[in-house]
Amino acid sequence: MSDLRDLYQQVILDHYRAPRNFGALEPVSACAEGYNPLCGDKVKIYLRTDGDRVDGLTFEGVGCAISTASASLMTEAVRGLERPQAEALIASFLALMTGDGNGAAGVDLGKLEVLSGVKDYPVRIKCATLAWHALRAALEGGDPEAVTTE
Amino acid sequence: MTAPAVAAKTEQRDSAAFDVERLRACFPILEQDVHGHRLVYLDNAASAQRPEAVIDAVSDCYRTYYANAHRGVHALSEQSTDAYEAARVKVARFIGAPDSHEVVFTRGTTESLNLVAQSYGRPHLEPGDEVLLTEMEHHSNIVPWQLVSEQTGARVLAAPITDDGELDLDAFAGMLNERTRVVALAHVSNALGTVNDIRAVVELTRARSDAAVVVDGAQAVPHMAVDVAALGCDFYAFSGHKMYGPGGIGVLWGRRELLAAMPPYHGGGAMITRVTFEGSEYMAPPQRFEAGTPAIAPAIGLGVAVEFLESTGLDRIERHEQELLSHTMEVLSDLPWVRVPGHASNAGSARAAVVSLVVDGAHPHDVATILDEQGIAIRAGHHCAQPLMDRLGVPATVRASFGLYNTHEEVDLLVSGLHEVRRIFG
Repeated sequence: MSDLRDLYQQVILDHYRAPRNFGALEPVSACAEGYNPLCGDKVKIYLRTDGDRVDGLTFEGVGCAISTASASLMTEAVRGLERPQAEALIASFLALMTGDGNGAAGVDLGKLEVLSGVKDYPVRIKCATLAWHALRAALEGGDPEAVTTE
Repeated sequence: MTAPAVAAKTEQRDSAAFDVERLRACFPILEQDVHGHRLVYLDNAASAQRPEAVIDAVSDCYRTYYANAHRGVHALSEQSTDAYEAARVKVARFIGAPDSHEVVFTRGTTESLNLVAQSYGRPHLEPGDEVLLTEMEHHSNIVPWQLVSEQTGARVLAAPITDDGELDLDAFAGMLNERTRVVALAHVSNALGTVNDIRAVVELTRARSDAAVVVDGAQAVPHMAVDVAALGCDFYAFSGHKMYGPGGIGVLWGRRELLAAMPPYHGGGAMITRVTFEGSEYMAPPQRFEAGTPAIAPAIGLGVAVEFLESTGLDRIERHEQELLSHTMEVLSDLPWVRVPGHASNAGSARAAVVSLVVDGAHPHDVATILDEQGIAIRAGHHCAQPLMDRLGVPATVRASFGLYNTHEEVDLLVSGLHEVRRIFG
C-alpha cells in the first residue's frame, strides 16, 4: 500500500478534514463553479482582487479528499499573488498533473508538490484540477456557465 | 426435446449444487490480477462480464458466416439472417413474450426507452398530459421522457420513494389520473437494488388510467426469471451487456398491438416495404424499428447469453445472489462507520444483490481508488440517478453489485478493503 500512502499524504488528509478558506467570500470580485459530472463533485470559487492582486480567495463545495485538498491548498498558495504569478502557478500545477514537465519550469510549487502523487492515478487527475480550472475561469471574470472537467 | 426430457433436465439441474467455481471458469476475464491482487469484480450493475460461450459465438459469426442480414440471397447472408432471427426467438422465449415479433433489437436499454418515448409517447401525449416516473429512476428513464415532454407539452412527474428506498405505492396510486398517459419505472433500481412490484403497479395503473406501463428491466433480467406476460406491462426494455451478453445490443419488448400502431423510430434501410420520393411504406414490427444494418453478431451472442442463463437457472442464480446479499448486509452491519442509505435492515420488499454504501469520513471516489488498489472493482458516483442521490441526501455512494460468479470470499475481501479505507481515513 506504499502507492496509496503517496496519494493520501497526511497534508492531503489534513486539508480534506479541515479545509482552509472554506466558505463564501463577501465582497467578491468574481465567482466560478467547477463540476465533475463523472463523480458529482462541485466546487465554487470566490475571488476578490485589489487591482492585480488576489486579495481574497475561498471555496465551497462537496468533493473527495483529492479535490477538496487541492482546492484548499490552492487558496493558500494563490492568496496574495499578483495576477500574472497566479496564472503562472495555475499553468504549472496543471502541467504537473498532466505530466508535462516543461510547463512547470521556473515556478516553485512548494507545498502543492504533495499532490504530485495524483498523476499516477489518471482517473483522479480531474479531481485535483477541478478547483484550478474554476479559479482560472474566475480570474477571467467568472463565467455564468459552470466549468466542467468533461 | 420431449416434455419428459425437459422435466428430467430441469430436475437434474435443480439437484446439482450451484458450483460457482465451475461457473467462474467460464469467464476468462476473471482469471487475472489487478494491482497485484486477484480481480474482484463487483461492478456488474454497470456491465457484467461474458462467458467464453458468448465470446466464441460472436467470434464464430465473424470467422465463419458473417454477412448482412435480411439482404442477400447468398449463403452467408442466409446463415446470418437465420442466426439473427433465431436469437430473437430465444430472447422471446426467455422473457415469456407470446410472439417473437414483439421483440425489437436495439442498441441497449437507453435506445429502447427512447424508442418508446418517441414512437409511443410522442403520438399519445398532449399538453397537460402526464408521464409518471419514480424517484429511483436511472437517467435513461428520465431524460427521454423530458425530451418528449418538451416536444408535446406533457408533464413529467416522479412518484416518491420511502426512506427505506421503496416505491411509495399509496402515493403512486394517488398521482395516477385520467391525464396519465405513461407510467415508466425500473423493475430493479440500479442504485439500490429495490425490486418494484410491477404487477401491483400495473394493477393500480389499469384501475385509474389508460396509461401504458413501460418497465426498465436492465437490472432485473440478469438476476431473476422475468415473464412479461405475467407482469402485465406494455413495454419491457433491457440490455445485453448487463446479462453476460455482448455490448451494443439490447431489447425492447412491446405488446404486438401497440407496436403495430407505432410509427418508426429511425428511418432507413431494412424497415420499409417501398420507398418513393412521395413517401414510404413501413414494414411490420419488429423490422419497422430496426432501420439499418443491425448488430448481427452481438444479437447472436445475446442468444447464447440467454442459453447460458437458462442452463445455469435463473432460480439458482437468484438464490446464490440473495445469499451473497445477506452475507454482505450481515458483515456490513458490524461496521458502525458504514451506512447503507435506502436499504433498511427490515426492508419489506425484495432486493437484488446491489448495495450502495457510504463510509463515514471518506468520499466514495477515494473509497473506489483504495479498493481498486486491492483489485476490487466497484462503482463510485451517482450511478446515473442524481434525483435519487438528492432524495437520499448523499452526493454519491459506493456501489457493490453482484453477479452469478461472485463468491462469499469476495464479499469478505470487499470488507477488508473497507477496513483499509478506514485505516487511511479513520
